[in-house]
Amino acid sequence: MPLARKKSRNYLPLVLLMLALFPIFGSSYYNELIGKIMIMAIFAMSLDLLVGFTGLVSFGHAAFFGVAAYSVVLLSPKYDPGNLLLVLPGAVLTGAAVAFVVGLFVLRTKGIYFIMVTLAFAQMIYFVFHDTPLGGGSDGAFLNVKPELRIGEKVLLDLNEPMQFYYIVLVLLVVAYVFLRVLLRSPLGHALAGIRSNEHRMLSLGFPVFLYKLAGFVTAGGLAGLAGFLSACQYGFVTPEILSWHQSGNVLLMVILGGMGTLNGAAIGAFAFVVLQEVFSALTKHWQLLMGVVIVTVVMVLPGGLSSLPQRLKGLLIGGGNRNG
Amino acid sequence: MAELVLSARGMSRRFGGLYANRDVSLDMHKGMLHAVLGPNGAGKSTLINLLSGDLPPSAGQILYRGEDISGWSPDKRSRAGIGRSYQRTNIFPAFTVFENCRLAAQSRAPRALRIFSKAISFADLRDAADRAIAQAGLAERRDVVAATLSHGEQRQLEIAMVLATSPSVLLLDEPLAGMGPEESQSMVALLKKLTPDHAILLVEHDMDAVFAVADVITVMVAGQVLESGPPDQIRDSVAVQEAYLGDGESDDE
Repeated sequence: MPLARKKSRNYLPLVLLMLALFPIFGSSYYNELIGKIMIMAIFAMSLDLLVGFTGLVSFGHAAFFGVAAYSVVLLSPKYDPGNLLLVLPGAVLTGAAVAFVVGLFVLRTKGIYFIMVTLAFAQMIYFVFHDTPLGGGSDGAFLNVKPELRIGEKVLLDLNEPMQFYYIVLVLLVVAYVFLRVLLRSPLGHALAGIRSNEHRMLSLGFPVFLYKLAGFVTAGGLAGLAGFLSACQYGFVTPEILSWHQSGNVLLMVILGGMGTLNGAAIGAFAFVVLQEVFSALTKHWQLLMGVVIVTVVMVLPGGLSSLPQRLKGLLIGGGNRNG
Repeated sequence: MAELVLSARGMSRRFGGLYANRDVSLDMHKGMLHAVLGPNGAGKSTLINLLSGDLPPSAGQILYRGEDISGWSPDKRSRAGIGRSYQRTNIFPAFTVFENCRLAAQSRAPRALRIFSKAISFADLRDAADRAIAQAGLAERRDVVAATLSHGEQRQLEIAMVLATSPSVLLLDEPLAGMGPEESQSMVALLKKLTPDHAILLVEHDMDAVFAVADVITVMVAGQVLESGPPDQIRDSVAVQEAYLGDGESDDE
């Protein structure tokens, strides 16, 4: 490589180790909380592929998360565990398929119109589940028994077991992260970066930009579907609220809070958002007010998001050192 | 006669009641450089936008190797071999010079489904990018981020990106604008070197450069072709002299 690699420590193995060892020390409450954070991290990273890497600010990403969560309930037998090998790919494909259909329409628009149209489609899907008996209407539906992986009589993986579930989430988080990293350095990933930088030039260079954006949109929908699958399995029920624009807004805030276009930022944003939500809602029922203050502060003080904090601090320290020396 | 590659037939483009191009016809042959001259507002950039597909024509035909392509999208025309550069620099500012050109070359071999391969691992694209960078005279600036290049260098990059797509037609919109004398000279030399293998349309204000490289010159005024022919004919044309010198003040800016 002609470019000198910046010397920066790679904290990922350490984070991974901490996540892997956490259940040894954590109580079931904290295990569930970390599980939720990891699920939201997958969700936020999938949105970052659109917002941060392709330049598509989607305000309807909950749609793909939500339909996948509903598909888990609909694909599982009522009183028996569903087959993991059927339900998991089913949920991912549901997210991707809905993203494909929605993408065919919304990717013809740009800028503010894109934001509005993604929101409109997500709300349409929300009302489909809210106002029809398909998924239990406004009450939602229960996933009585969570899926398992069974070969013959032997149960290899059982998502009803909290410990097993925790590690399945961790493994899938790593898989999603590695997949996105690999995707981003592929020709497709470079083309998406080009679209973010200068869509017009990409077109004039001969790239069928619409198809590339659709590929990115479907991939993001599939990964959101993975998060939706895990979310449905964690709580054992689904309600239309997981499809609502609040959910789309929250995941967008996670990406902004952590820093767009870095992938790590999306995961950090998910962590910060869920923890703050937990802390603030214990303090007051007006927790959203406090959350708003935090987000406005971060956006104003740290435009690169929380993930840019170490670099900013280093910059300040080095800057100060130079002045003194 | 050289091989006819791209031609416009009675091409017009209206913006409301204003004709930006009116009944324009011209031919581009392989191995020939066709220059377009005209005062500001003569419709030269519109002509390039119509040929490249950035604008759809209101009337008329565009023929590429005998096929009517006036309904084709810009990306389809680009893939067919019609490359263009822009008057206002239109690059990927955050990428290096190399990545700008590598990505341009990637449009010829997209490999969009090879998501487990590294984009920078394909030698054919790297070679195409390096060749284009060398041709445009940017070899020493290969690994510099494009946004930090000087204006003239960004103009060179603009050309390098088109060359990296290995086009058979080059539509160049004022490539010399903003270049220093030395850069201009090497660009003129590059144009001469590229002419034998390409059909080139050059929109340019620099008269010396145009008369040095053009095989055919078309002069446009107010969206219409005033005169078209070899450089000597244009130099001696009374109509052209009048358009440029006669009533300079009434130029539509």
